[in-house]
Amino acid sequence: MTGVAPILPEILLLALGVLVLIVDPFLKRDESRRRFLGWFTASGLLVTLVLSLLFARPAAPLLVYGGMIRFDWLGFLFELFFLLAAGVSALFFMDAEQLNYRAEAYLLLLAATLGMCLMASAADLVMLYLSIETTSIPLYILAGFLKEDEKSTESGFKYLLFGALTSAVMLYGFSLIYGFAGKTGLYDLGGYFTSFNALSIGVTFLVLAGLAFKVSLFPFHFWAPDVYEGAPTPVAGFLSTASKAAGFAVILRLFTAVFNADAINPNWSLILAILATLTMTVGNLIALTQKNAKRLLAYSSIAHAGYAMVGVVAFSQFGMASAVFYLIAYLLTNLGAFAVVGLVGRVTGSDDFSAYYGLSRRNPGLALAMLVTFLSLSGMPPFAGFVAKVFVFAAAVQSGWVWLAIAGVLNSIVGLYYYLNVLKYVYLYRTEAQDEDKHPIAVPRPFLVGLIVLVIGILLLGTVFGPWFGFAAHAAANLF
Amino acid sequence: MQFPFLSVIVFTPVVASLIILTYKPEWKTAVRWTALAAGLIALALSAFVYITYDKSAGGYQFLEKYDWMPLLGISLHFGVDGMSAPLVLLTGVVMTTGVMISWGVDDRPREFFAFLFILASGVFGVFASLDLFMLFFFYEIAVFPMYLLIAIWGWVKTREYAAMKLTLYLFLGSVVSLIGALVMYFSSGRQTFDMLVLETVKFSPTFQKIWFLPVFMGFAILGGIFPFHNWSPDGHVAAPTAVSMFHAGVLMKLGAFAALRVGIMLLPVGAKFWAPLIMGLALVNIVYGAFIASVQTDFKYVIGFSSVSHMGLVMMGFATLTPQGLTGAGVQMFSHGVMTALFFAAVGMVYDRAHTRDIPKLGGMIKALPLVGIGVIVGSLVSMGMPGFSGFIAEFPIFMGIWGTRWSFVAIIAAVSIVVTASYVLLVVRRVFFGKMPEEFEGHIRPINTFDKIALVFLMAFMVGIGLFPVLMVPWVQSGVQHILTILGGA
Repeated sequence: MTGVAPILPEILLLALGVLVLIVDPFLKRDESRRRFLGWFTASGLLVTLVLSLLFARPAAPLLVYGGMIRFDWLGFLFELFFLLAAGVSALFFMDAEQLNYRAEAYLLLLAATLGMCLMASAADLVMLYLSIETTSIPLYILAGFLKEDEKSTESGFKYLLFGALTSAVMLYGFSLIYGFAGKTGLYDLGGYFTSFNALSIGVTFLVLAGLAFKVSLFPFHFWAPDVYEGAPTPVAGFLSTASKAAGFAVILRLFTAVFNADAINPNWSLILAILATLTMTVGNLIALTQKNAKRLLAYSSIAHAGYAMVGVVAFSQFGMASAVFYLIAYLLTNLGAFAVVGLVGRVTGSDDFSAYYGLSRRNPGLALAMLVTFLSLSGMPPFAGFVAKVFVFAAAVQSGWVWLAIAGVLNSIVGLYYYLNVLKYVYLYRTEAQDEDKHPIAVPRPFLVGLIVLVIGILLLGTVFGPWFGFAAHAAANLF
Repeated sequence: MQFPFLSVIVFTPVVASLIILTYKPEWKTAVRWTALAAGLIALALSAFVYITYDKSAGGYQFLEKYDWMPLLGISLHFGVDGMSAPLVLLTGVVMTTGVMISWGVDDRPREFFAFLFILASGVFGVFASLDLFMLFFFYEIAVFPMYLLIAIWGWVKTREYAAMKLTLYLFLGSVVSLIGALVMYFSSGRQTFDMLVLETVKFSPTFQKIWFLPVFMGFAILGGIFPFHNWSPDGHVAAPTAVSMFHAGVLMKLGAFAALRVGIMLLPVGAKFWAPLIMGLALVNIVYGAFIASVQTDFKYVIGFSSVSHMGLVMMGFATLTPQGLTGAGVQMFSHGVMTALFFAAVGMVYDRAHTRDIPKLGGMIKALPLVGIGVIVGSLVSMGMPGFSGFIAEFPIFMGIWGTRWSFVAIIAAVSIVVTASYVLLVVRRVFFGKMPEEFEGHIRPINTFDKIALVFLMAFMVGIGLFPVLMVPWVQSGVQHILTILGGA
């Protein structure tokens, strides 16, 4: 028996959630809730992070709790970044109206995070399905949290419908797997579905449908823009990063354990490569025409799922590592981008590009943070996005997918265009009255802390990339 | 342990940029002085590196190597050879004079100098990097601030269009080269991005022939090679003065230099195979650039297209693959760098005072701005390759280099285009600086300030100095060329 180490983060998350609920009734006024709950959740998550780092480090990969959980570096690394993302999101929640004084919002955030942590380490079909639902259901509610806002309600409901449908399809796939193989442990299923016949194609597609929905892979990407646009912005940020990374963690595990990389038929890689290309291209091309910053980020996050997929397609240890690294870089960057958009949206009341006129004069620091996140998204050094992109393309080249790498770099040129286009509004255009000095944008303290953490993370990942990639490589090595 | 000159040079600007960003937006004077201090530090160190480079020993010197990511064989590996030492010096010179010229930037100078210095770090990094991965890293760092610098502080009419066009062109070029570099990395089988190791790898001839063109052309886009030169005049014209100086003076060399270092030096067989094509494209650059420049009426477009023409000479020097041609190209990179920097500085000074760059509307400026006039005249003499100026030291060997090969006729055509160059630069000098000053300018042209004067004299000193004493630069370049020839000979 291994003790509680493998699920230490989950236990602490649960405890924290309960604490939030206990504390809540003692706070009399909404104002004190608003000030207290976010800090409380964030510091709780920080403690969880530190304790996990100290006491829950995995050694050699190990199946624990009757094969339900695999205690390995992939799960651990993702868990750490989910905790970070949740902590930062809790700080951003404090700045979002109607979210900030509701203990339920923080509780749902913690519950979703718990689900994600389990998703990243689940090693059994049953556990996997449960954890995916544990993640999804709180997120449905969070997306529709603003009851009076039609868009938010629409967003939550749309997310629920799409999510329920695809998870049903995925569950059908799981039941087929169990029916044919008679086993549910992911690591017992290797070799069953590697030949390229109707059965394995069908099963893989059914399973992939649910996961493709989670990571918004083409052709299951339609929900993303509407949901992100309607959801409260910090929630959209969390959805588009942590939830997507969790989906990828499952994809990485499934494609190395069940649909084995070594034995896999090359046709599979080809199909995934085409899906990756379509995802990148569709996301980027539609993003080109957007006039709304939130929708732009939504479409760009579809495109980023495509880039991360390039690393998976390479089907090598290096490829998987580069995909993990990409997801980490993307998580930090996109959280930051959504945060800035959220703040500007709250202050100006609009997410349209016109809300960004003169931002660099209204708050130079915020404009700089936006510059960092957007350039990192577009893949410019010295920010995280550059090395991450280079590594996934390198992995593609290494495995002989030169055309895929070329498709990727062409896509990043399209991306660069629209990201720069937004920065043009920030730095170049001015408001009509040209009196930006009189309308400064104040940055609340929790927001500032969260943003600084993210920007430092982006710079660290982008410059001292060696050790970070080392962790990702370690995580990927555990998969094989 | 030797003092890490190159890393200090590379990181001085970016550190300065971070310091500047901590200032309050209102501290405009402090920003300027900090920028100047950083520029002078970088200049002093690069001058020291240049002077103490041991040209008789040759090879790579001032080597520094720090493991950055052993897993993939990426290291922070700096070193200069005879080709890059002059370019490091050039960057220091243009950076410092650029700061002096930009003293009057009053719209958000904090951001202006911060972005300019990030760019400068990128440029130093490319010239000093001996690691392929880090070369790309710095190369991209040099690209993106360009967009902001041009779009924010540029010429109102064309800046958005020009900035976007430039950025997309350059990014396209760099990612195409990047794919080539990744393919090289994986085919070499050495698990390292160290270019000193990759130089010794003999890639198969077929491989080299396939990949040379994308790698070379990807970088050469930044060098302004035809038919991808289109971004350059637009970019130069739209950019604010210091950025034009940086851009034409240093950034285009960045492209040419990377094309040489990665394209020709790592894929020598490919270089030999494709040399005729490069030669042809470079010839188009020279002739076409000169003719287009001669029909422009905008002072800045004239200089912009003349840069296209002059960079053609650099590419042509490369394509000869002969000692003379390569030496000429190396000197031309430096000479053209200081020359265009001076030209753009002068154009900026005239424009700031006359508020027009339309050549027919200008005249008689020499009376109001004597030093600017002298500067432009010296620049013109360099531009047309007059003996006694650095342009001659650069262009003459290039033509000599071609003459020995079977493309002698190319030398004749290119040399004739020099006459076109001479005609248009002299015409511009006459129209802008001599003749009668239009009445609306009488008494309105304020003199240039001390920093402007120092910058102009400083730039002129290099052009005349190298022209009169080629020994101040040629031996450096020759020692670099020696190494390239060894590589080409072994191919």
